[in-house]
Amino acid sequence: MMLSAALFMIGVIGVMVRKNIIIIFMSIELILNAVNINLVAFSNQLHNAIGQVFAVFVIAVAAAEAAVGLGIILAFYRNKETVNIDEMNLMKW
Amino acid sequence: MAQAIAFYVLAAFILGFAVLVVSTKDTVHSVLFLVLDFLFVAALYVLLGAPFLAAIQILVYAGGIVVLYLFVVMLVNLKRAPEAHQDPHRRTKLGFGLSAAVLLELCAIAVFSNAQPAPAAAATNALAAMPVSGNTEQVGWLLYTSYLIPFEIASMLLLVAMIGAIVLAKREL
Repeated sequence: MMLSAALFMIGVIGVMVRKNIIIIFMSIELILNAVNINLVAFSNQLHNAIGQVFAVFVIAVAAAEAAVGLGIILAFYRNKETVNIDEMNLMKW
Repeated sequence: MAQAIAFYVLAAFILGFAVLVVSTKDTVHSVLFLVLDFLFVAALYVLLGAPFLAAIQILVYAGGIVVLYLFVVMLVNLKRAPEAHQDPHRRTKLGFGLSAAVLLELCAIAVFSNAQPAPAAAATNALAAMPVSGNTEQVGWLLYTSYLIPFEIASMLLLVAMIGAIVLAKREL
C-alpha cells in the first residue's frame, strides 16, 4: 500500500512538474502501475483473483491510451515543432 | 521473513527508478529507466503470487509500450531543450504545491475511510466455486465467465485505439 502510494505520488509530481510531454506520459504510466500494484496486493491478501482480472483491464486501457496519446504527440509535433507544453496553446481562448 | 526482505528490496528499486524516470534530463535515459522500473514491478507481481500478470507486464509494458515511446522520442527531434524557460522555477513550485495537495487528499481519504478488511471466508468460498486451480487458470476462468462483456469491450477499445493512432499519425489521409 505504501509502495503504491509513493509510486503514485512520484507519478503525480512528474505530471505536475515536467514540461516535456513525453515525460508526462511516462509519469501517467507510472501512476497506472501504482494502481496495478495496489490491485495485485489486495488480490494476494484476500486470496481472490478478481483483482488480477482488473489489473489486466488496466494494462489494456494503458496500452490504448499510450498508442493514442503518442499519436497525438506526433501529429502535434509535425504541426508545431515542439514538445514543450508551455507552447501548446492551440485551444486557448 | 525472506519474502519481506525481497519485498523491501524490490520496493526500493521501484521507487528509485521511478524517481530517476521523472528527474532525468535526457528523455532516452528516462525511457530506459522506465523499462527497468517495469521489470522490477513484474518481479513484485511474481512475489505477490501473480505470475500471469508478471508475464503480461513484461510483454505489454516492457516489450510494447516502451518501444512505442522510444520510437516517438526518436521521431520527435529533441534538439531544442524543452525545459528552457525564462522562469524555470515558477512551474516547479506550483507543481510541487499541487502534488502536496493531492498527497494531503490521499492521506485524508486513508484516515477517514478506516476500511475494514473483508472477511476472508467469503473470498475462499468464491475461490472454491472455481473448477480450476493455478493462477493463470483462475484469471482466465474469471475473464471468460464473470467478466466476459468487459473483456470484449476492452478488445473493442484496443481496436478503436489502434485505428485512432494510425489516423492521427498518418501524414495525410
